[in-house]
Amino acid sequence: MTQEVRVDQKAAKLSLSYILVAFIGFGIAAIAGLLQGLDRAQLITLPTWLNYYQILTAHGVLMGLVFTTFFIEGFLFSGIARVQNGKLTPLGLKLGWVGFWVMLIGTVMGVITVLMNDASVLFTFYAPMKASPFFYIGAALIVVGSWIGGWGMFAEYRNWKRNNPGKFSPLFLFTAVATMTLWQICTLGVAAEVLFQLIPWSLGMVDTVNVLLSRTLLWFFGHPLVYFWLMPAYMTWYLIMPKIIGGKVFSDSITRLVFVIFVLLSTPIGFHHQLMEPGIDPKWKFLHVALTLSIAIPSLITAFTMFATFELAGRAKGATGLFGWFRKLPWKDARFFSLFLAMLWFIPAGAGGIINASNQLNQVVHNTIWVTGHFHLTIGTAVALTFFCVSYWLIPHLTGRKMTRTTNELGRLQAVLWSIGMIFMSGSMHTLGLLGGPRRTAGTTYMNDPTALSWIPFHKLAALGGAFLFFAAMLQVGLVLYLAFKAPKGEQEYPMGDVAEDAAETPRILERWPVWISVAVILILVAYGYPIADMIQNPPPGAPGVRTW
Amino acid sequence: MHIHRYEKYWLMFGGGIIIAFIVALFVNAFAMGMTPPSDLQRVDPKKVEQTAPFDKPGLKQVGPNEYEAVMVSFAFGYNPNQIEVPVGSKVTFISTSKDVVHGFQIPGTNVNMMVVPGHVNKVTHTFDKPGEYLILCNEYCGAAHHMMMAKVIVK
Repeated sequence: MTQEVRVDQKAAKLSLSYILVAFIGFGIAAIAGLLQGLDRAQLITLPTWLNYYQILTAHGVLMGLVFTTFFIEGFLFSGIARVQNGKLTPLGLKLGWVGFWVMLIGTVMGVITVLMNDASVLFTFYAPMKASPFFYIGAALIVVGSWIGGWGMFAEYRNWKRNNPGKFSPLFLFTAVATMTLWQICTLGVAAEVLFQLIPWSLGMVDTVNVLLSRTLLWFFGHPLVYFWLMPAYMTWYLIMPKIIGGKVFSDSITRLVFVIFVLLSTPIGFHHQLMEPGIDPKWKFLHVALTLSIAIPSLITAFTMFATFELAGRAKGATGLFGWFRKLPWKDARFFSLFLAMLWFIPAGAGGIINASNQLNQVVHNTIWVTGHFHLTIGTAVALTFFCVSYWLIPHLTGRKMTRTTNELGRLQAVLWSIGMIFMSGSMHTLGLLGGPRRTAGTTYMNDPTALSWIPFHKLAALGGAFLFFAAMLQVGLVLYLAFKAPKGEQEYPMGDVAEDAAETPRILERWPVWISVAVILILVAYGYPIADMIQNPPPGAPGVRTW
Repeated sequence: MHIHRYEKYWLMFGGGIIIAFIVALFVNAFAMGMTPPSDLQRVDPKKVEQTAPFDKPGLKQVGPNEYEAVMVSFAFGYNPNQIEVPVGSKVTFISTSKDVVHGFQIPGTNVNMMVVPGHVNKVTHTFDKPGEYLILCNEYCGAAHHMMMAKVIVK
């Protein structure tokens, strides 16, 4: 049994700093999100000084990069401290802080250029749309800062291995290292794009850009990015949730296996974002499609493992019958309730992902607002709700406060409001997408085109969902601030599950990082080696940069 | 590695479905030729107007009931911005971009492709029903992205 361990002052301060920045970014992004929904439903007209695409860029960058990356760094550092008697090593702490400041400087640079309307190029900043160089430098600093934080976590892992030769690392530490390994591999793509292509070009040092190469490097990073969001959510489901429901971690080896598969298969699949694109042979596209579908397997394992965990915990509490365990789950506990909704939402989200990845079905939904609906279920619900529910116990734990009955009830209300909002918003977006409605497009009727006019009721439903989501988001930010600064002093447990006693022994190979990293590199070379070499050796005619906003 | 018996069944079921999906897509793509738009031709984005066929954009009949519609994409429109074809026509849309990345989509059909500067892309569709079809740009391309459109009139 693990005894009650508290994360110490130094680690708590680091972790809390990351998490507060994450939620400030989240709050601003939520305001931008509400305005977008209202504009598309033609319920409001944005003032001339505030461009739709400017707030769309702010929403995407703040939600997709700032909220997630800051939250993940903070959460992982806190958990690593938790499994090491509450402490981080001096080196880990130092790298954690350097990473924090570098990321913060990058965020401020990015946000300022977006506010000045010098970078309305959206979250994906596709060349040859040319933003201010400060935007690209800011994005690069966010990534580099997150690398430095990751190195801090690797230093913790090495330190642990040195002090515990021959032993398996704690599961949380292992899965954190897996998450950061994936991140370091996949961000090489976007780093190469930004450093070697976009920064020199936006500074005017070169005239044209190889658009195909830039898109390929972006998507080398773009899809693994979603697994970087998902893996900390999975860490919560696999390692934290069992403790909250009074059960055990189902299996040490299955957990490690799932994270290893993510490291292997997340990167060599980026072409499934480029299925409708010229310049890439359909055979290469198909290889990425097959690998993309394979990555559904760890999620299927997760579905099984989660229900096995629920059932075992329920039976240990005396549940009988086929589904008696269901009633034994702690539905009144926000720490579990939000998490359960998050898991539930991941089922339709994953099914939608299979559709997007299929090379033929993609033609129906590519770049329609269906895709937006899809990632508002995956990252926007499965991952975000998980992060919210982590904040309910993690923040008071870090500040030496306590989650009260009222915060618990408000937390449950938050998850319900968020889910209702998503039913309306994401549901309408999926429907609109099937009807052909484009994504990333301001409110328009295409000069009263009858098809476009028929979409308006769905846009209104989506805006209604957006309003629910906005209230839920403000409630969440309120809860975060209350738990950080106002909640009563006390002790809040950091729930960390123990592995079931009867779980089988873990095979040694699962802890051999050199093996897995080599396999990951080989898969990447197979999937990307030839296409990228070809794009560099036989480049398409270069495109000059343009500012079209 | 020891795997729980029920987990084994579940993995075989899940893995089997994934394999079935991949096989179905493989047959679709390589036996039935239904690959997504993936043209490999190139064109210099600075010289689109001097390069055939984009020097003469417009509709061209290439067979009985078969047409080629050469449409240049640019911020924020298509040239030409309207074409007319008889019912039952099979139209191949051929496009490139003069500036940034654009989309080319006809809601209600499977016409959906990316138009990337430096490349030519193509997609074919048979119009079986008369009516006015909207062509729209579904990839963000700048301040008036939401105004970028054209029409296909099927009579």
